[in-house]
Amino acid sequence: MDAFIHQVLAGLATGGIYASLALALVMIYQATHLVNFAQGELAMFATYIAWSLINAGMPYWGAFFLTVGLAFVLGVVIERVVIRPVENSSVLSVVVVFIALLVILNSVTGWIYTYTIKTFPSPFPEQPFFGNRYMSSHEIGAIGVTLVVLLLLYAFFRFTPLGLAMRAAAQNPESSRLVGIRVGWMLALGWGLAAAIGSVAGMMVAPIVFLDPNMMGGILLYAFAGALVGGIDNPWGAVFGGFLVGVLENVLGAFVIGNELKLAVALVLIIGVLTVKPSGFFGKVHVTRV
Amino acid sequence: MTRHRLIVLAIVLAGATILPLMVSEYRTFQFTLVLVYAIALLGLNMLTGYNGQISLGHGAFYAIGAYCAAILMDKYGVPYWATIPVAGAVCLVAGFLFGLPALRLEGLYLALATFALGVSLPQLLKYHHLEQWTGGVQGITITKPDAPAFLADLGVALNQDQWVYYFTLAVTLVMFVLGWNLLRGRMGRAMVAIRENHIATEAMGVNNAMVKSLTFGISALYTGIAGALGAIAVQFVAPDSFNIFLSITFLIGIVIGGLASIPGAIYGALFIQFVPNIADDISKAAPWAIFGLFLIAFVYALPAGVNGAVQMALARLTRKRQNP
Repeated sequence: MDAFIHQVLAGLATGGIYASLALALVMIYQATHLVNFAQGELAMFATYIAWSLINAGMPYWGAFFLTVGLAFVLGVVIERVVIRPVENSSVLSVVVVFIALLVILNSVTGWIYTYTIKTFPSPFPEQPFFGNRYMSSHEIGAIGVTLVVLLLLYAFFRFTPLGLAMRAAAQNPESSRLVGIRVGWMLALGWGLAAAIGSVAGMMVAPIVFLDPNMMGGILLYAFAGALVGGIDNPWGAVFGGFLVGVLENVLGAFVIGNELKLAVALVLIIGVLTVKPSGFFGKVHVTRV
Repeated sequence: MTRHRLIVLAIVLAGATILPLMVSEYRTFQFTLVLVYAIALLGLNMLTGYNGQISLGHGAFYAIGAYCAAILMDKYGVPYWATIPVAGAVCLVAGFLFGLPALRLEGLYLALATFALGVSLPQLLKYHHLEQWTGGVQGITITKPDAPAFLADLGVALNQDQWVYYFTLAVTLVMFVLGWNLLRGRMGRAMVAIRENHIATEAMGVNNAMVKSLTFGISALYTGIAGALGAIAVQFVAPDSFNIFLSITFLIGIVIGGLASIPGAIYGALFIQFVPNIADDISKAAPWAIFGLFLIAFVYALPAGVNGAVQMALARLTRKRQNP
């Protein structure tokens, strides 16, 4: 039982990271109806920036917030320069551009920082909080950071005019344009926010999986699974799905199928959800008229 | 086919035939891989280019084909040439089965599901309960086949690399002729029609579900055969050589070569085989950066790929000759 509780709690901790990345995916999906395959590599790249800043002698939280800011700018620039020209073309072109972004970010990182594995510091103390036996303080901290991000986002979308404009632009671009919202910029902002959230996820996961240009492959898959389980157009669902996938992955990995097949859990979840219930638990069901 | 194109085809074939006699063994090996990739790309192009189903996980079928060949040769002593049809058949079934859930997925979602397949495949291949067949992380080493004895009796002396090249060339020719026939026939027209407008196609009496699943199966068959040939040429299979980047390489190949075109598969194969070689001199990471930049450039400037550019150039040339 003890081991089980431990696995569930560890699952919640990694689940928090999947939830952040899933949230980033949902943000872009809501605004553009695209699934960003480069989201993981964006997060990885941002984490490397944070690593350089910390190595240059910056205090952790300073580097943290600066990285989030830089990731935001990077997201906006990518949307403006690379994504905008293909916005209205076929799904295949968009997917190809995302894949291109993925390999460019991956190889540029490898080029600059080499492929050797690096350690990434955790901002939380070595000793577990309150002497508990179950979770390390980094795990608790990661969950805390996820929840803070979620609250901030909720407040942003619910209480600020800009958040309202972004929601409007996502829901009905034509009408929003008519009332004077600059829809194009709202999309770019959405990309920036997604990149910023992704960078938080990257910095939280890096102390666990270590820093390496390919670190996000598996994590992105779990985030996809989380977003789909929760419903790809529902942010709360995505967070729930992220936590659920984290727990499932850990518990199944520890007790049922062994650590070797953990990624297969994500594969089965993705294909299962897409075929059986494409809208996930909380997503909107889409009906197409022929 | 016009006489013009027949002549070009004959020249290309003659060139491909004498090629291994002109270049070094290593180059011969590289050109063998070009042929292998060309088959795989033709398979992916049927699915993604002609039928419009995006696959980011075709490396999985390539891996299944490669492992089929390696396991049959290593564990059961099956001759190398006999593994090719088996690999094809296994992949046909695997592709067809994967195509069934794929029926419910469109565009982006199919890309997502196949991406998941591509990412999780190396882990599945390493699974320790399969280790007695797959060899786990170490993979399987196989021996390169010798040229058959009757050729030596005829006085044709070929080394192993040359023989593998000719064997691959023969398989490639068969696969391309079959593919060409398939794509210009009833099935090929149905595939393109589904890509263009699946509702209208259904209304015309085409069984969309069957055609789409079959296309997935046939596409996997081509890729699987390529995988088997690739395993024979490389003499080695291991889980980590079939990661997601292999699947991405195939996608790059068809986009650069030209979507929905048969010669595009060959241009794409040349590209993915030789561009990394050139770029490797700059940095280990450079090939992928260059791949990425080429991809974006092609999507923006040349959506029809190299094949589209060649067709355009040819059209311009012939027009000039007709009205000088």
